[in-house]
Amino acid sequence: MIRDQEFLKDIASYCIENSKKLGATDVGVKVIHSVSENVSFRNKKLDESNRADSFAVNLTTYIEKKKSSINSSDLSKSNLEKLIERCIDATKITPSDENNSLPDKDLMSKEIRDLNLYDETHYPNDKKIEFLKNVEETASTDEKIVNTEAGFIENKNNFILANSNGFLGGYKTSNFSSSCVAVSRINGAMERDYEFGSTRFLEDMMEPEEIGKIAADKAIKKLGPKKIKSEKIGVIFDKRISKGILSTLASAISASAIARGTSFLKDQINSEVFPNSINIIDDPKIEKGLGSQNFDSEGVETNSLKLVENGILKNYLIDTYYGKKLNLKSNGRSGGTTNLYFENGALSFKDLLNSEKKFLYITETIGHGGNIITGDYSVGASGFMVEDGELTYPVSEITIAGNFKEMFKNITLANDLEMKYSTNAPTLLINQMTVAGK
Amino acid sequence: MSNFFKETDIDTSQAEAIVTETLKNCDDGELYLENHKSESIVLDDNKIKSSTYNSDQGYGFRAVTGEVVAYSHSNDISKESLRKSSDNLKDTLKSKKGTYNHEIPKTNNKYYENINPIESKTFDSKIDLLNSVNNYLRSKGSIVNQVTANFLGEHKSIEIIRSDNQVLKDDRPLVRFNVSVVLEKDGKKETGVYGVGGRQSYDDYLKDGSWKDVCDEAFRIANVNLESKQAPAGEMKVVLGPGWPAILIHEAIGHGLEGDFNRKKTSAFHNLMGQQVASEGVTIVDDGTLHQRRGSLTIDDEGTPTENTVLIENGILKNYMQDRLNARLMGTKSTGSGRRESYKHVVLPRMRNTMMLSGKYSQDEMISSVDKGIFAVSFGGGQVDITSGKFVFNCTEAYEINNGKIGSPIKGATLIGDGPSILKEVSLVGNDMKLDPGIGTCGKAGQGVPVGVAQPSILINKMTVGGTKL
Repeated sequence: MIRDQEFLKDIASYCIENSKKLGATDVGVKVIHSVSENVSFRNKKLDESNRADSFAVNLTTYIEKKKSSINSSDLSKSNLEKLIERCIDATKITPSDENNSLPDKDLMSKEIRDLNLYDETHYPNDKKIEFLKNVEETASTDEKIVNTEAGFIENKNNFILANSNGFLGGYKTSNFSSSCVAVSRINGAMERDYEFGSTRFLEDMMEPEEIGKIAADKAIKKLGPKKIKSEKIGVIFDKRISKGILSTLASAISASAIARGTSFLKDQINSEVFPNSINIIDDPKIEKGLGSQNFDSEGVETNSLKLVENGILKNYLIDTYYGKKLNLKSNGRSGGTTNLYFENGALSFKDLLNSEKKFLYITETIGHGGNIITGDYSVGASGFMVEDGELTYPVSEITIAGNFKEMFKNITLANDLEMKYSTNAPTLLINQMTVAGK
Repeated sequence: MSNFFKETDIDTSQAEAIVTETLKNCDDGELYLENHKSESIVLDDNKIKSSTYNSDQGYGFRAVTGEVVAYSHSNDISKESLRKSSDNLKDTLKSKKGTYNHEIPKTNNKYYENINPIESKTFDSKIDLLNSVNNYLRSKGSIVNQVTANFLGEHKSIEIIRSDNQVLKDDRPLVRFNVSVVLEKDGKKETGVYGVGGRQSYDDYLKDGSWKDVCDEAFRIANVNLESKQAPAGEMKVVLGPGWPAILIHEAIGHGLEGDFNRKKTSAFHNLMGQQVASEGVTIVDDGTLHQRRGSLTIDDEGTPTENTVLIENGILKNYMQDRLNARLMGTKSTGSGRRESYKHVVLPRMRNTMMLSGKYSQDEMISSVDKGIFAVSFGGGQVDITSGKFVFNCTEAYEINNGKIGSPIKGATLIGDGPSILKEVSLVGNDMKLDPGIGTCGKAGQGVPVGVAQPSILINKMTVGGTKL
């Protein structure tokens, strides 16, 4: 059972009061309780069952402009008393920084809207097991599938965020997710692919048969890949990975990267960064949204932001600390983006594939080859060749490379946006990237 | 006496009784208790950006029968919580019956001291040193655009209670000191990162001004990168420098030799035991017993003493890395490789310090034998697809080689290869094996654990370099 707000509020108040008693001028605290139950299957047999029950308290104390933090999982008052003392001691001897402060009072969230983020339904492990059996039954129909793994996770969270300026808020959230990994084999060589669904409400979960089928089909399609010749070519990013472009943008326009001068988009505010057909939105108030929130990790109200409008960079992602450095007000993005997405493009998926004679279609990238400072990008990739609009053969052991500044300006979007993750993008094409292969 | 039950409503013998009762029809399992303290102090942009102290304690209760693992964890160490976990485990395994394997080797070895590195250096002196790092690097000129430096220290105490009151304990210190510098020249910005660490006190790494060497190295790498040109694209010869580039071994070979992927037959190596998987001069070990190294452990997280496991000997695949579960199911013994990030995580077979041993060639011989290729000295991170065997890693310092000579530095590029075949492409193994500086963290199934790597210089006949210049 997830603990109620009163229990969490009591701990939060205890932390604030005791910190103030010991000399803190300001205090921020978050108290979290989460319970998760997860079951995993392998080759149609139960593999693992895991139950987690975790508490956490994150406390930051300020003495004027000095600041220090502690985190603990032990909520007993005797433990908290010791840790608060330690936190205050550290705060006293930490050098002060004029930008350290709680958020401005007038920016704080005033009311908590019910965004439909909590489903109290408990899905018992027996039901999860039945679900996973169906996932794997469908995934293993084809004899080319030699191994399947499937998992179901149910997560319930409750939290209270409070500070010494009188802010106190929190709410419950839930998450259900299910996944399937299928391994296919032909002539001794194996490939792996997956599918997964993640929802706030159990009733919105994909059908188990659908999860299993997609994972198996994808794993089979990847069999017998070829390595292609090095060349410059248009690269299409499948929806599973096209959202990565948005994550890169989010890192590059975070107030910390801008203030520290370590972003390839520094000084690009109000400049054209994408083609003028492109709009990028970050909307925290989507009902049932996986990235939805009432306020950010400092309690600042969050509202929908147009980050990019007609190709022009309009907003950074700003928290209190780096906002002060940049002389900008927090826009409720401490902790990052919420539900971030590209608005749909003009072309259908099919028309995008047919817009040139030949493309490379990428379904997976590996490695961490993006450099936010220089914009240089180079990652391992696998996917398919596209010829005359058709996926002709699988491709692997290649890399794709470019520079984000150029890549952003050469994006064409399809119109197949789905809200499947917290960051979502339609299929997208980037003209002229360098592919290294044979 | 256990420290974990001191302020709780349960004592050691009651906990032992719950463990024995819960596991009586199981093949294996234990109650794993952990107390973890860590401290992070970060200097960034001329300021102490953050100082954070973490204190975490909890248990993970595991029951294993056949292939099934039942796990329950909580940070509430109490009679009620343990009973609830016990019920949960018994319920999961109610239809199964196993025989508990009591056998677990004992050890008197210790590969690190029980010190708490957080307390063995004062907070003030850590802040002073971070400020010195900042001043030292910024004194190198206006070219220095940004300096980040941080201390990360931790102390972990673990206790493993097995059925019938077997108790195993370990205390593990770990530190890391990291410096990152951004240089700007003629409108171009580049980063250099360097760090040191291991299982001892900070001062063992930083005494006599040796912290300046860490700064100098980060500065040198950034400086080299300021002069870098576009990297080439395509297949070519690659010379890897000694030390940290051994993350190639970790990604290309190491993960594929972990017991779980081989038991499940999802590793590209699962049917290659006893076969030639590397050139003849190649020997690779995974060693948990090196004194005070980042990847070393006195006992693993199941209580098994660690060892030096030979993975590949003169090119022949000899052993996988095993935890107790996968060893039992594959009819072999644990190699002391059962690890978990914390009490919140299940045990998996993992690497410790993965090393390719020295051969007989000099680095100069390798470079002079290459007409056209690259020389890679330092890497960021890497990743592998266990099933297809394809792996990547990112260069952070690399040079062109033209006609046997080192040329211009090149921009960071990803290198991609195929795990099972890459070691057959190793044509020369150097005589200069070096350990990495103690900074590696390996991720698997969402769990990060500290690891080490080592290798001599090696020449690889053919690898794909993911640059932008055709």
